[in-house]
Amino acid sequence: MLDLVLTQTLNGLASASSLFLVACGLSIIFGVTRIVNFAHGSLYMLGGYLAFTLVNWLGPADAFGFWGGVVLAVLLTGLVGALIEVAILRRIYQAPELFQLLATFGVVLMLQDIALATWGPEDKLGPRAPGFRSFVILFDSRFPSYELFLIAVGPVVLGLIWFLFHLTRWGVLIRAATQDREMVSALGVNQRLLFTSVFAFGAALAGLGGALQLPREAINLHMDLSMIAEAFVVVVVGGLGSVTGAYLAAVLIGVLHAFGILILPKITLVLVFLVMAVVLIARPHGLLGKAAVEPRGHAGQLFLLRPADRPAKAFGAVALALLILAPLLVPDHLVLTLTDLVIFAVFAASLHLLMGPGGIISFGHAAYFGLGAYGAALAVKWLGASMEPALVFAPVMAGIAGAIFGWFCVRLSGVYLAMLTLAFAQIAWATAFQWVDLTGGDNGILGVWPSGWAVSKPAFYYLALAIAVLVILALRLIIFAPFGYALRAGRDSPLRAEAIGLDVGRLQWAAFVIAALAAGIAGGLFAFSKGSVFPTYMAIPRSVDALLMVLLGGVQTVAGPVVGAFAYMGLNEQLMKATAYWRFILGLSIVLLVVLFPRGLVGTWLFWRARRQSAAQVTAAA
Amino acid sequence: MQIDRRSFIAGVAAVGTPGLVRAQGAGPIRIGEINSYTAQPAFLKPYRQAWELAQEQINAAGGVLGRKLETTFRDDAGKPEDAVRHAADLATAEKVDIIAGGFLSNVGLALADYANQNKRLYVASEPLADALVWSKGNRYTFRLRPSTYMQAAMLVEEAAKLPAKKWAIVAPNYEYGQSAVKWFKELLKKARPDVEFVAEQFPALGRIDAGATVQALEAAKPEAIFNVTFAVDLANFVRAGNTRGLFEGRQVASMLTGEPEYLDTLGAETPEGWIITGYPHADLQTPEHVKFRDAYKAKYNDYPRLGSVVGYETVQAIAAALAKAGSVDNEKLVDAFEGLKFTSAFGPIEFRKIDHQSTLGAYVGKSAQRNGKGVMVDWSYRDGAKYLPSDDEVRKLRPVIG
Repeated sequence: MLDLVLTQTLNGLASASSLFLVACGLSIIFGVTRIVNFAHGSLYMLGGYLAFTLVNWLGPADAFGFWGGVVLAVLLTGLVGALIEVAILRRIYQAPELFQLLATFGVVLMLQDIALATWGPEDKLGPRAPGFRSFVILFDSRFPSYELFLIAVGPVVLGLIWFLFHLTRWGVLIRAATQDREMVSALGVNQRLLFTSVFAFGAALAGLGGALQLPREAINLHMDLSMIAEAFVVVVVGGLGSVTGAYLAAVLIGVLHAFGILILPKITLVLVFLVMAVVLIARPHGLLGKAAVEPRGHAGQLFLLRPADRPAKAFGAVALALLILAPLLVPDHLVLTLTDLVIFAVFAASLHLLMGPGGIISFGHAAYFGLGAYGAALAVKWLGASMEPALVFAPVMAGIAGAIFGWFCVRLSGVYLAMLTLAFAQIAWATAFQWVDLTGGDNGILGVWPSGWAVSKPAFYYLALAIAVLVILALRLIIFAPFGYALRAGRDSPLRAEAIGLDVGRLQWAAFVIAALAAGIAGGLFAFSKGSVFPTYMAIPRSVDALLMVLLGGVQTVAGPVVGAFAYMGLNEQLMKATAYWRFILGLSIVLLVVLFPRGLVGTWLFWRARRQSAAQVTAAA
Repeated sequence: MQIDRRSFIAGVAAVGTPGLVRAQGAGPIRIGEINSYTAQPAFLKPYRQAWELAQEQINAAGGVLGRKLETTFRDDAGKPEDAVRHAADLATAEKVDIIAGGFLSNVGLALADYANQNKRLYVASEPLADALVWSKGNRYTFRLRPSTYMQAAMLVEEAAKLPAKKWAIVAPNYEYGQSAVKWFKELLKKARPDVEFVAEQFPALGRIDAGATVQALEAAKPEAIFNVTFAVDLANFVRAGNTRGLFEGRQVASMLTGEPEYLDTLGAETPEGWIITGYPHADLQTPEHVKFRDAYKAKYNDYPRLGSVVGYETVQAIAAALAKAGSVDNEKLVDAFEGLKFTSAFGPIEFRKIDHQSTLGAYVGKSAQRNGKGVMVDWSYRDGAKYLPSDDEVRKLRPVIG
């Protein structure tokens, strides 16, 4: 038994290595540039593919060919990282926080199709590493020597990075920039070069993580997304910006995972997220993280959320009128599309309450959407409810989850809070996935169809539209009610808000519950519009969709998320129909939109209008 | 826009006698095909290529009912809700006559539910879930590929002959994996009451931690292993097992491993002597298969994968049903599909009336290496009809008969 414990520990350490390399690159990039680099997993995948090609080209059998190929792959990945930084990210550092997340998500989509077109659809099993092809006997069982090599890589890289950070000027600058970006640039450091080099360095680390997987695992097109979620977890559990913390967290997760396989083989799906939830609840800044330094002038950068003026309201009224007339004007299939878009608009608006006035970023908003859908479906399946009561059940279930999850989440802030929402969403997802008796597992719950009167497409559309308008107006009312202003006060200056007697935590908690209720309504409608419910409704990509809709539309307007939902989901759907390479085009469109409209679509429109008005005033005055 | 005389007359005729023109019309018969192209490209690229080959051949021979076949392909990106949206869109906007496709089980089930709700024929090509034709079976859904139950039954037949009594299991943690394990255990226990199951591993699909999983299996000291992992999980599991000696002195029965899609990736890591289900594309010399393989090679300069067979035969099945029904009317097509017989690249098959499952079989054999490539040896064809439960049992499994 002891033997098994020891070998399983070693297994855990070996899998921790690549995880650490990717996470530490992510952490360094975030520390300096404040970019949540969603494309980091893609760089890891790219490292793997490049190594596969280069190693086979240089000669997989001899040591020079193999290791030379790995080194080249790492350098090339670093170069790609530098290109991404220069071509895209450099243009949007001034944009509101998290906009870069949107851009890097565009890069993820583009790289997925580039990898598919370049390397083809088959998984690639690379050669074993020269010098490490065999095994050693440890505790009576065989242990591959390459795994021992991997175990060593982690601490060695950790040591090298420590050396780099403490004994080179570049490293000192990086540490300084992690502490205080503005001060570093005020001291005359070339910030552009520093940012590019940091991004390239982080990318190269991700590439190394991918290249070192070559003798161990098949390189495949899903490596990017499966790695990125886990890397985020490691970064957050370790503490943002802490490289040692990332190592500790990677080891913790690797080893726990290896033992989880022994003790609870079915729990592997959710284990990392459980670990993250526990760590964040016990240590709100991760294992080795420090309380985040608030970026200077943070509050001042935000636009004030103002009620729409008359032209904007007129615009909204026209849009609503068009939506009401739509079933008379367009064919049935477009009514179906519009139904989806209307539902997504509610979903986006519900997240906006948190992100906009609340300043709370949720990476797991799909949980409430999904739980709403499940609430409705379970009511139909187990209680034999018809659509009307089931639609009431949806927000109730989502709201309860919002109350529970939110209670824990509002104790944290910033990215930590975001990651805890992700952890809860993953736990909810895994529950739906694993609790087969209740939910049917990934086969979902089928036969969730609307009541007779709402079966026809226009009828259901009007039902969805009516509910959507009510929910969105209610959210708007809440935002401009004293509650909304109090929420904003808590966002812009928690200390001052507390000082005038506002209970910021409780306000945020209430916002959580309201947002969850609204998302649950959207989920319930979605369940009846599709006739079925699946765990994918609350998987990570759906949470990402919600973020993208809000960011694309613009965080600081009430109309933003609605416009964002129509723009993003509409584009997504049209591209999926039009081309097999829809991911590339969608990714490219996102990147272009972000670079051209760094305030979001509605934000940019308002900005342009404001500028034109002030220009007109200047002319009039002259 | 110019309107020439012929299309003008056709237009007038169409307005005057729409029903007649639609039934006999010269316009193509339209198929809407939905699949997880971006999520599962390794299987679905060869699938789509063979689909287009089959359609081209049929159209070159004059089409069906005097009309050409035309397919609109849609990507569901692995999400059932997107598949349902496409189905509705294809049916209403594109006015397709038939809906087909599906790779993942949950997508297949969602499409089948859509088909039932809207009374539209759905020809499921790949999804393996047993529920598709049994517990959730409906009048409008037919499936081509041998189901999870059938493939497990084929493996059990061989596994029962092994001396091994202590079995360990490794399967991806989702419906397909759980269901394969359930049937394998049940059927093997029936054939061999003396076996016991000493360890079970359920790694997350596509996310296996291979080293630790192998170690956990090793620790249980089984005499044989039933493996349900496939694709990247399989490659990682095999490599970790090879480097750690998990398979030495142990028998392995393995679902899907003989499919070229997976053997090609394994290459020089392919283990010797596993009992596997799959498709020996290079050695299968029946006239039907040679004809199919040659045509595929001529068009794509590549050998067919199992996905190619599935894509090709789905089109053949649809064409055969259209010919039998003599109409694109969905109700007539459903009747035509019940008991439909035709000859596939694997031999004659039938869509059973009782549960809408085709009797397409699979090849069962042993894994081996040839020049550093994975191949199937000692294989033989298992007719799907022989690996389905009795009619009485099917009636219990399927609430809706017909």
